[in-house]
Amino acid sequence: MTTETAPVRLLLIALAVLFLAVFLILPVVVVFSEALRKGLSIYLATFADPDAQAAIRLTLLVAAIAVPLNTVFGIAASWAIAKFEFAGKSLLITLIDLPFSISPVISGLIYVLLFGAQGYFGPWLTAHGIQIIFALPGIVLATVFVTFPFVARQLIPLMQEQGSADEEAALTLGASGIRAFLTTTLPNISWGLLYGVLLCNARAMGEFGAVSVVSGHISGLTNTIPLEVELLYNGYDFVAAFAVASLLTLLALVTLAAKTLLEMRYGDSLATPTRA
Amino acid sequence: MHLKQPSVLPGFGLALGFSLFYLGVIVMLPLAALVAAAAGLGLGGICSVAIEPRTLAALRTSFGLAFAAAIADSMLGLLVAWVLTRYQFPGRRLLDAAIDLPFALPTAVAGIALATLYAPNGWIGAILGGFGLKIAFAPAGIFVALVFVALPFTVRPVQPLIAEIDRAAEEASSTLGASRWQTVRYVILPTLSPALLTGLALAFARSVSEYGSVIFIAGNLPYVSEIAPVLIVIKLQEFDYRGATAIAVIMLTLAFLILLAINLIQASSRRRHGYG
Repeated sequence: MTTETAPVRLLLIALAVLFLAVFLILPVVVVFSEALRKGLSIYLATFADPDAQAAIRLTLLVAAIAVPLNTVFGIAASWAIAKFEFAGKSLLITLIDLPFSISPVISGLIYVLLFGAQGYFGPWLTAHGIQIIFALPGIVLATVFVTFPFVARQLIPLMQEQGSADEEAALTLGASGIRAFLTTTLPNISWGLLYGVLLCNARAMGEFGAVSVVSGHISGLTNTIPLEVELLYNGYDFVAAFAVASLLTLLALVTLAAKTLLEMRYGDSLATPTRA
Repeated sequence: MHLKQPSVLPGFGLALGFSLFYLGVIVMLPLAALVAAAAGLGLGGICSVAIEPRTLAALRTSFGLAFAAAIADSMLGLLVAWVLTRYQFPGRRLLDAAIDLPFALPTAVAGIALATLYAPNGWIGAILGGFGLKIAFAPAGIFVALVFVALPFTVRPVQPLIAEIDRAAEEASSTLGASRWQTVRYVILPTLSPALLTGLALAFARSVSEYGSVIFIAGNLPYVSEIAPVLIVIKLQEFDYRGATAIAVIMLTLAFLILLAINLIQASSRRRHGYG
């Protein structure tokens, strides 16, 4: 007897399915139901609003800066960590993971301490007319910080598992270092890389706490999509809040679908980032 | 004693150099600003903020509810992981993909969706209100939001271990006369316990730092339903950088201890079972 009796099995399945449906699925349903409460035309009208459009543009811009930066870092860090043996490696891995364990609010706070008006570089920045906090650079920095580990976290175990035999063979056959990387390493890690970039992007576009601390909350100027959601919701404009939120929900669903497809096809080579 | 073992692969200096530079600028420098600000406050300064009744209440709310949510998630996570891994039923794949929803859904979106669902006039809030239960705008609402955001962290580490359980050990236990419950209790649960502990610690770390999904449902009443990250934001809005820094340092110290504990747990589980 290496399984439960049929009634126990059915009870456990029913409990788990009911819990997941009510607890995980219903919040997604409520986003779209609230967004479409007053009909499709009102829903669509939300996106004609200049402030909503500005928030969407800002979010796209921030992600377009933060994601490539962290992707380049992820590839460099995983190359050094996975292909070489050196002292202090596990300390380096722990430090890369650090942003995961820091509250988003604290992630914003540390940049305020550094670049805020009363921060360490504040007087110098003010004297030179440079604004970082309550402006685009602060939002980008906070986003880069919170999404820092995503690509590296995905690539390090993958490249460690693959070892260096392929690259060594390429070098022995006369390839240059760059060529060995482009023709052996990159194809080997491409799906893991895509997966890491997807997760990094989803978090970059959806980050709320850290960005909330460093943004000036000026609608049309320094409000990203999540901040615009908060502003609309706190202004009791629920339909517009959920309409804007539905964009991020769609992004989350697309990310999940892509993630599931990648895992089904390349399951063995992709580790789930929640397995820290 | 060599700092780096020799390798034929190129690019070590460039990859590690860039990684360390980027890590230094994005992560270490801002964290150094926090450490410097904390050093400026001194232990006395931090303690004087820590023992303010409102700070103590917020820390108690944050850590108490995060621990409660992590415990609840560990049990729910075990149930869900078991059902999704061991049983076949229609919709299993879809539900398995949905586990990552709280991970992919931006916290502000989760926050307004949960607040709407569990509000007294919401789909779930209205039903529970009939039984005299108040969820939204009370500490119970914080608990619900934390259980939501931390659920993937308790399901994902357990799933691969359930899949890898040695069926022969289960059969042996059954052949030797153990009831199914005894097999679960004495054969299966001990195998899963390292992963359950890892999940518990990850869920706790995530819950304690959560901001976006909590603020909409919490009501944020001082001394009642105010979490520590909210207090940091309030102090920053009052330009009380010292107070914000002190609370951040207290939270960060605890977060770092948790990360350390996770690594120790994983190391010991690897030694015992040969895998993480």
